[in-house]
Amino acid sequence: MAETILKMSNIEKSFNSINVLNQVDFEVKKGEVHALMGGNGAGKSTLMKILTGIYQLDEGTIEIDGKEHIFKNTADAEDAGISMIFQEFSLIPKFSVAKNIYLNREPRNKFGFIDDKKMVKDSEAIIKELELKIPPKEIVENVSVGYWQMTEIAKALSKGTKILIMDEPTSTLTKTETEILFRIIKKLKSSGITIIYISHRMDEIFQICDRITVLRNGKNVVTKNSADMTMEEVINSILGGSMRSSFEWVERKASDDRTPLLEVEKLKSGIRVKDVSFTLFEGEILGMAGLMGSGRSETVRTIFGIDPLENGKILVRGEHVKIHSPDKAIKLGLGLVPEDRRSQGLVLGHSVKENMILPSLKKVSKKNLIQNKIANEKVERLIAKLKIKTDDIYKEASLLSGGNQQKIVLAKWLLNDTDILILDEPTSGVDIGAKTDIIEIIREIADLGKAVLVISSEMTELLAMSDRVLVMKDGVVTSSLERKHIESEEDVERAIQIE
Amino acid sequence: MPSKLNDTLKKFDWRQNIVYIAFVLVLIYFSITLQEHGFLTQDNLLNIARQTAMISIMGVAMTFVIASKEIDLSVGSVAALSAITTALTMQAGLGMFAAIFVGLLTGILIGFINGYLVTKIAIPSFLVTLAMMMVVRGLAMWMSGTSPIPIINEHYIFFFGSGNVLGIPILLFWTIIIAVIGHFLLRHSIFGRQTLATGGNETAAIFSGVKTARIKMAVFMGTGAMAALAGMLYAGRLQAGRFTFGDGDELSVIAAVILGGTSLFGGVGTVVGTVIGSIMIGTINNALILQGLDVSQQMMVQGIIIILAVAFGRKKKKV
Ligand SMILES: Nc1ncnc2c1ncn2[C@@H]1O[C@H](COP(=O)(O)OP(=O)(O)OP(=O)(O)O)[C@@H](O)[C@H]1O
Ligand SMILES: [Mg+2]
Repeated sequence: MAETILKMSNIEKSFNSINVLNQVDFEVKKGEVHALMGGNGAGKSTLMKILTGIYQLDEGTIEIDGKEHIFKNTADAEDAGISMIFQEFSLIPKFSVAKNIYLNREPRNKFGFIDDKKMVKDSEAIIKELELKIPPKEIVENVSVGYWQMTEIAKALSKGTKILIMDEPTSTLTKTETEILFRIIKKLKSSGITIIYISHRMDEIFQICDRITVLRNGKNVVTKNSADMTMEEVINSILGGSMRSSFEWVERKASDDRTPLLEVEKLKSGIRVKDVSFTLFEGEILGMAGLMGSGRSETVRTIFGIDPLENGKILVRGEHVKIHSPDKAIKLGLGLVPEDRRSQGLVLGHSVKENMILPSLKKVSKKNLIQNKIANEKVERLIAKLKIKTDDIYKEASLLSGGNQQKIVLAKWLLNDTDILILDEPTSGVDIGAKTDIIEIIREIADLGKAVLVISSEMTELLAMSDRVLVMKDGVVTSSLERKHIESEEDVERAIQIE
Repeated sequence: MPSKLNDTLKKFDWRQNIVYIAFVLVLIYFSITLQEHGFLTQDNLLNIARQTAMISIMGVAMTFVIASKEIDLSVGSVAALSAITTALTMQAGLGMFAAIFVGLLTGILIGFINGYLVTKIAIPSFLVTLAMMMVVRGLAMWMSGTSPIPIINEHYIFFFGSGNVLGIPILLFWTIIIAVIGHFLLRHSIFGRQTLATGGNETAAIFSGVKTARIKMAVFMGTGAMAALAGMLYAGRLQAGRFTFGDGDELSVIAAVILGGTSLFGGVGTVVGTVIGSIMIGTINNALILQGLDVSQQMMVQGIIIILAVAFGRKKKKV
């Protein structure tokens, strides 16, 4: 058995006297891929932020290679060979790939100036080692988002990292990109690098992880070899017995009179949306499948009045409408859970409550004055319904865990009682129990006669809720499949890839 | 239970409330050290209220601008120009109401232009209003021919600056009215929430249906209007319109807002804090005068206060 490289013992951490980590032990062996799992708000990110020196532990010890370390800041952790790849990328979009990889550690020539040639050459070597094809001189902005992560990994490697932490790395990746990532992980592993892997996606864990540690409510639940655990066991430890995760598709009673709520005809916008037409009916859940870059997000952005519509038309409840701004879209009864919760979904510095009521201020006001009683009651109800983990409704959104932040963005539109709900990756970063809850809530909404358009790159989830699936490729809708005619995920995968 | 107390102390938001603590300390300090100089006399305190009224009033509107992550450097100049247009209108014999109308319109119009350039042409507000500061001051100078324009309308002089009601200066009433309206707008109205959201994360605000461009137009027109009111109050108090009114006020106003706990990074704002900040700066200036310090020394102290305010008002570091 390999030796232990990292040992965190009896870790305690509280924020404002609210305990987040309680006597947590975490042990990782050299060269393994170790999954760190747990529900939203279980304390995974907090534990890793302690390991990387972002937070300081209240009590406990950290040992690396048998030597105790105290990390006062991120530089200390980096010196000890620990790097973390954050979900929010830390790359500078306007800099080249090479410049990003060597940011702040640029190689110097004998005059003390930055040695660009060496930087590009060294970057090239690292990228090659990862068997990737990213031109080091390219500006990051122009590289596909899927490769940003690889650039981050290259950056970590260039620092001589021993332990690499990945916090939900695949949530922005397509299937192909995920495969590339997994290949890289295996490569890193074989070269002796240890990886701590956080994810809510069960299948991934069993695919690449050697051992699993599960946290629940800030406490250890289990650490085991993944070969010795079944998926049910893992889910059970995460949720604590209350096994509530079924991605089973149940056919919903389709109403007979199919009233179209949203009709899109020959939509064109920018380079990504070329010719999109579809109809969304009352009470329907319409899924959108496609590769990253197939134009799904851009399509819904155009419908919602964010990107300019260059051609085509949009009908809401049978009426031709011009939507120039999200404000107009919302007035027509549309709502959008955007792709990126941090930059588009939330005012991170504002409270849970303020975020949730932002699209619905009129609904919680009388004569333009906000009625706190009404607002608080609605907010409390949604916190309970979505099981959002927060100290109270006044907690700053930035202090919630990733999955709980995502739930706030969804809650904004539930509070607004939106008729036509558009969801762009609504469950990104959400734990497995909550995913099931959200799927159920989406069905409930549709049962009320509202319409839901949902983009998801998780096929299991998409198939669990959609009544119909649209397939997009290169800015065009290539097919529309009735859910009941879809036998397996492969059917859709094939339709997505079709040339 | 010392641990409980400890928690409460930890939870207490020092940055947000520092101005109140500082204000109380300043008051206590000067009450003791300047007792013989008559710091605590009613006359002196009312004097402070009179001297800070214009800064407070402009500060209330500036709180909205800064909370929406913009800045308005033109307020001092706008005060001067509005004082002059008001005085000129009365000089032309059009009466007090027409003069008030013209004065306010002057400010609102400049606010509109500021807002338009910021939202439609997308020039940063720092540049727009810095340029506007010069343009408007120049215009005030030109329109007045650099000489004061006397005001003789007694009603105007009473209501806009010099009057007293029940022994309380009318300027204090103006301050209170504007502060109360501003406080309610920011804390409890839809407009206030949307202003804060615009400053907190403009993209997320737009995605939530906030018309951020309109919000910005409105906050600039707000500072325009309040700067105009301040200018009219200067004019009433000194019974003339002068192009020098409000010179340097923009910095005092911004200092009051930041000192009060409004974040220069947008998304956080407090009207009450601004007014306290303004009164505190006024109190310190007053104390310096009582102590016999001159204008140059006052300026130095004020500069230091601004640095301290920004240092304390820096974004809270994450735990
Ligand atoms: N700086 C902070 N201040 C207050 N509370 C915090 C802070 N950071 C985290 N928390 C709280 O600690 C708990 C654990 O959060 P953490 O981010 O570690 O969860 P997580 O396991 O990563 O969840 P997710 O799967 O949703 O990302 C949450 O309830 C969160 O609200
Ligand atoms: Mg997390």
